[in-house]
Amino acid sequence: MKGAPFAGVLRLSRFIIRQDRMRYMWWLVGITAMTLVVPPAFKELYPTEQDRNLLAETMKNPAMEAMVGPGDLANYTLGAMVSHQMLLMTAIAVAIMNILLMVRHTRAEEEEGQAELLRSLPVARHSQLTASMLTLCGVNLLLALLIGVGLYSLSFDSMGLAGSLIYGASLGAIGLFFAGVTAVCAQLSESSRGAVGLSFTVMIGCYVLRSVTEWIPPFGWLTQVQPYSDNNWVPVVGLLVVSLLAFALAVILQGKRDIGSGYLPSRSGRAHASVILRHPIGLAWRLQRTAFISWSVGMLVLGLSYGSVLGDLDSFFKDNEMLAAMIVADENSSLTAQFLPMLMAVLAFISTIPALLSIHKIVGEERKSRVDNVLGRAVSRNKLLASYLVLALCTGFMMLSFSALGLWLAGTTSMDEPFTFVTVWQASIVHFPAVVVMIAISTCLIGIAQKATGFVWLYLFYGFLTLYLGGLFQFPKWMEKLSPFGFVSKLPIEDMNWLHAGGLVAVAGVLLIFGFHRYNARDIEG
Amino acid sequence: MNVIEMNQVTKTFGKHQALDGLDLTVKNGEVFGFIGPNGAGKSTAIRVLLGMLRATEGTATIFGKDVWQDAVDIHRRVAYVPGDVNLWPQLTGGEVIDLFASLQGNVHQQRREELLARFQLDPTKKCRTYSKGNRQKVALVAAFASDAELFLLDEPTSGLDPLMEKVFQQCVAEVKAEGKTVLLSSHILSEVERLCDRVGIIRQGRLIECGTLDELRHLTRMQLTVETRIPIESLASWQGVHDVVPTEAGWTFHADADEMEAIMHKLSAYGIRKIESAPPTLEDLFMRHYEENVESRDV
Repeated sequence: MKGAPFAGVLRLSRFIIRQDRMRYMWWLVGITAMTLVVPPAFKELYPTEQDRNLLAETMKNPAMEAMVGPGDLANYTLGAMVSHQMLLMTAIAVAIMNILLMVRHTRAEEEEGQAELLRSLPVARHSQLTASMLTLCGVNLLLALLIGVGLYSLSFDSMGLAGSLIYGASLGAIGLFFAGVTAVCAQLSESSRGAVGLSFTVMIGCYVLRSVTEWIPPFGWLTQVQPYSDNNWVPVVGLLVVSLLAFALAVILQGKRDIGSGYLPSRSGRAHASVILRHPIGLAWRLQRTAFISWSVGMLVLGLSYGSVLGDLDSFFKDNEMLAAMIVADENSSLTAQFLPMLMAVLAFISTIPALLSIHKIVGEERKSRVDNVLGRAVSRNKLLASYLVLALCTGFMMLSFSALGLWLAGTTSMDEPFTFVTVWQASIVHFPAVVVMIAISTCLIGIAQKATGFVWLYLFYGFLTLYLGGLFQFPKWMEKLSPFGFVSKLPIEDMNWLHAGGLVAVAGVLLIFGFHRYNARDIEG
Repeated sequence: MNVIEMNQVTKTFGKHQALDGLDLTVKNGEVFGFIGPNGAGKSTAIRVLLGMLRATEGTATIFGKDVWQDAVDIHRRVAYVPGDVNLWPQLTGGEVIDLFASLQGNVHQQRREELLARFQLDPTKKCRTYSKGNRQKVALVAAFASDAELFLLDEPTSGLDPLMEKVFQQCVAEVKAEGKTVLLSSHILSEVERLCDRVGIIRQGRLIECGTLDELRHLTRMQLTVETRIPIESLASWQGVHDVVPTEAGWTFHADADEMEAIMHKLSAYGIRKIESAPPTLEDLFMRHYEENVESRDV
């Protein structure tokens, strides 16, 4: 063992690639496509320098800066605009890719016992971790090249070779950073779910902290790169060094622990089940409790960070009367009130994620052959599915409420004329019918084809794109209406449209009935 | 009265035919052994009985009720132990046992504690720390602590050590003494031989043999070892004699049960010095079935 601490690394890397090549391909194609469609679209929409400068003016506010980071607004070329608007968002997609792939190759394999089988062969202790890291190095390098060369090949004047390559390289470096961080998280947590959760927490934490001070790695560093204007390589190198250090730390941590164990304490248990646990919904709650609590905290913090932006916005408009005169569209609502629906829409999209994860838990339970334990006893399928449904609905409702609470709390302390809690909460909870429709779609998929439940994420992303970026890209209105979020009233600047809300609930009802019916008619896989 | 009845049940997964016209009856109060190698359809049959899988064709009932329509009613009176017990890593064994008991409808605290002691299971450990055998113990304790009338046990002892297997056998004997019914699927034949009143052999989704052990043995051959004063030359050509193998001072061979009288008569003419006979074990029986069928299929 001592002689060959990394025996079998290359063979294992090949094995990983063999297993996951399609998965890699979809991620790479998706992220590259998402990047390459943007510059031509911007060129179309903002053809002249004048158009772009006008957009740059609207970007000069703390809310936008908090969300997309600082940009070269003084010299807002097409390239500067692309990197300003897209780099941070794409970086998050790259981070998610790396987190999911890394956990899949490390802690998930360990949890399910494949790691033990492999390690009983002449394969060294660190070989699997190293092979995973090597493979992801390759994936991120490929991504950097695809995006760099791809952007350059679009051949726009302001998007030269150096800028395009550093754009790609900074995304690759962010990817490696999160591969390294996840490698560490996979050592700390005992379960793959825990490792994913921990890594996401780090990612969201970094993103939120970046809006406070720009020097927080990795997203703060990323916004310092400024491709197509400064082309600053230092942060990229910095990210690579940190990811190397993180990986070294992961190797050290792995060297000190038993296979299957972690560093975060797992509490010793009780000999008897509590009263709550003696019912299917109690079990479903118990399985999601930790996730629910972490998401609640996350939504509260996210609400707080958005709320603090409202205060900045308030004083910003006060100082800049000319801009205030330009933007004011409605005499009845304040300028900050006009920003509220947009912030709430983003928070609502994020709140939908834990609600969908909650209903999808029943699929995970089925794949791990654990629903047999429940359905094999005196529990009907309706009761089981309803337990998960109720939890998902509660989760959606609570997440919307928590984000509203956070936003209101921070807004109250930072604004001169703060919103009432009811105003903020209504602006948030008005999204609930749309969230219910998303949950109902998942339920339907669980009933018809549980293997296809992933499609609901695509649909959620579509809704986000059309609503959040629809204005920027000037999508036609009907594209918004293909997503339930397109029917949500923009409280407080619009009146409540009860017809739309009722319609969404009715659609959800039909989908739910269908989903339950199909779930009762199909085989339970085991 | 029959507790379980399956009539011509088929189950297909895409192109794969897992059950191919399975007929199975289990009578009230008996321990029925369900044997066959991996992939023969044992688990599929049990999951059809549990209402997890919908039979493609045919009917299946438990207590006279349809296994798909009345699953919940049936499950109130059934205890199920799978071969691969998948539990929630973050719950303790004790929590899981209580959960199972309350989903079933009734909790027997005293019996639960007694079984925990007999199976030597620590209920305060998280399931992620349990070995396969310990996870099986969790399911077994939950099953035997319930007052189910039918036990569906799908290879329940594949991870238990011999001592625990003994405890398991005692538990089965106890529930049998209480007049309850057990369907025990297994490929550990000694276990089936010891516990079961009747045995069914499943192969490629159909029941190819079914009956009491004695009935099944009757159809098959005894193993004989003989030493005679006068050497027997023509033994291999006798009717009903198979697999003749010479030993140091005599022969070992298999004899058809229905030719036994004639063979003994002939043998006595050679002056028997020593004769040993052994009834066929279930294993012989099982192997013969499979070998024969494989041969006949190959031809």
